[in-house]
Amino acid sequence: MAIKKTPQRKIFEICNAIVLILLMIVTFYPLLYVVFASFSDPTSFLGYNGLLLKPLGFSTAAYAKAFEHPLIISSYLNTIFIVVVGVVINILLTSIAAYFLSRRNILWQRPIAFLIIFTMYFSGGLIPLYFTIQDLHLYNSIWSLILPVAINTFNLMIMRTGFASIPHSLEESATIDGAGHFIILFRIVLPLAMPTVAVMILYYGVYHWNSWFNASIFLKDQAKYPLQLVLRSILIVNDTSAMTSGVDAGSQLAVSETLKYAVIVVATLPILCVYPFLQKYFVKGVMIGAVKG
Amino acid sequence: MYTKKAIAKDWRRNWKLYLLMLPVFAFYIIFCYKPMYGIIIAFKDFQPGLGIMQSPWIGFENFIEFFTGNYFTRTLSNTLIISISNLVFGFPAPIILALLINEVVHKSFAKTVQTITYMPHFVSLVVVCGLIRTFVAEDGIINYIITFFGGEASNLLQKPEAFVPIYIISGIWQEIGWGSIIYLAALAGVDQELYEAASIDGAGRLRQTWSITLPSILPTIITLFILRLGQMMNIGFEKIILLYSPMTYETADVISSYTYRVGLQEFRYGYSTAVGLFNSVINFVLIFIANTISRKVNDTSLW
Repeated sequence: MAIKKTPQRKIFEICNAIVLILLMIVTFYPLLYVVFASFSDPTSFLGYNGLLLKPLGFSTAAYAKAFEHPLIISSYLNTIFIVVVGVVINILLTSIAAYFLSRRNILWQRPIAFLIIFTMYFSGGLIPLYFTIQDLHLYNSIWSLILPVAINTFNLMIMRTGFASIPHSLEESATIDGAGHFIILFRIVLPLAMPTVAVMILYYGVYHWNSWFNASIFLKDQAKYPLQLVLRSILIVNDTSAMTSGVDAGSQLAVSETLKYAVIVVATLPILCVYPFLQKYFVKGVMIGAVKG
Repeated sequence: MYTKKAIAKDWRRNWKLYLLMLPVFAFYIIFCYKPMYGIIIAFKDFQPGLGIMQSPWIGFENFIEFFTGNYFTRTLSNTLIISISNLVFGFPAPIILALLINEVVHKSFAKTVQTITYMPHFVSLVVVCGLIRTFVAEDGIINYIITFFGGEASNLLQKPEAFVPIYIISGIWQEIGWGSIIYLAALAGVDQELYEAASIDGAGRLRQTWSITLPSILPTIITLFILRLGQMMNIGFEKIILLYSPMTYETADVISSYTYRVGLQEFRYGYSTAVGLFNSVINFVLIFIANTISRKVNDTSLW
């Protein structure tokens, strides 16, 4: 706009910028603090109280300790397995369901859609699900973290909206050419709906990476734990004893403090590194999710 | 419509599609509808050894125990207090942020603000709660700031009166950026000519915000607000159970966290299911009402 700025406008813009900069500091500083603390010298960090503007001394002892422990490595691998296999199953099932719901001329489509959407607003709850998992002999299996969340109905609705925007004529001409549903779905619909699929991969991937609760009730063996559950025992239950055994008592206490920050960095960095590249898809996902499908 | 003839014709045409849907049907039946059948244990004295069918019926005993017990008023009022505080403080925050970002002239600065403020949305709940724990501990940085301004240091997570503020403020910290996306998208759709016309008529920026910007995004605000009202009684227990402790139960324990605790820590399965069912039914009714209102007011609905 080529409008001459009044002095008030200039003052407003400066104040606005200051407010936003403060907000950015408040948002970002806690994350930065974690990084600084993780690289700090354990002993001097223990006695320190206050804000950090750079690491206190420099030490990678916490990271060395973190990777020394078998649970960190094994849970990292478990989480990678859950994310990869989980997302593949998520996308497969969600796209099949979205394809079904976005097609025309299906007699049972409305009642089926109703039964699917109903599950968004009413569920059996915690205990019945728990016993379902036990009945299926999924208890203490890593599949208990993948199968019960194979489809997120909210995501399904986003995908259905994405699919619905593809011209039906394309699918119809493919049907005339003799293509089956599998071919139409994976060769025509999915490639055309790639932005929506990207959003789905992002949503499902982040969900699997960050989820911990189902693991805490469905898994028994520590060797099967995903990363977030190990993180919980370190950060919330404060159990670093397993990780710092073999270190003498004084420095054990010291390392256990910086160790917390090191595992946070190790667990969070992958997502925060990937996400700026996917940022352009966010608005799309939020927008499709917000309007009715 | 569902005549024999129509069903047969539909089957001939679409059987492959139904076949393709088998895994989807299996998922919904096994993991959504079978647990719904399990709800009947709310009306039984459920013993895992006997199974759902063999456990004896006890009618509404579990519900009566909950409604007449001490926990009913406490969990219900905590649920409402947290919900309402979240509505009062958490709901406007992203709108204000979106309006501020919208006023930024330099696009790259706006983009930076967005990138930074979206970030916490992707940090896991376990890490967020772990950070809260260390930051509000007696030697944490929040207490460092409090003592810097002359206050007294204390472990805030052990103070019942501090729980709701901690819950709400950390929620705003995590979701303010992400929540602003939808409003920014709505703001981007506002016709720029309206502003030009208004400034020719002599309207200042504040007046323009009040008379053009806000009305343009009002439908979005109203819709999201109504849907938020529908979620009133629906507070997830994950963040609660990561943050609370017996010391703060009196302000922190909500219905869903209570369900979790009696069910999976005290193993009172039937009772826990009854409490959960009570919450689910209320949620369902609220969402239904909210959706009906939203459809009337704005012509947008969830289904």
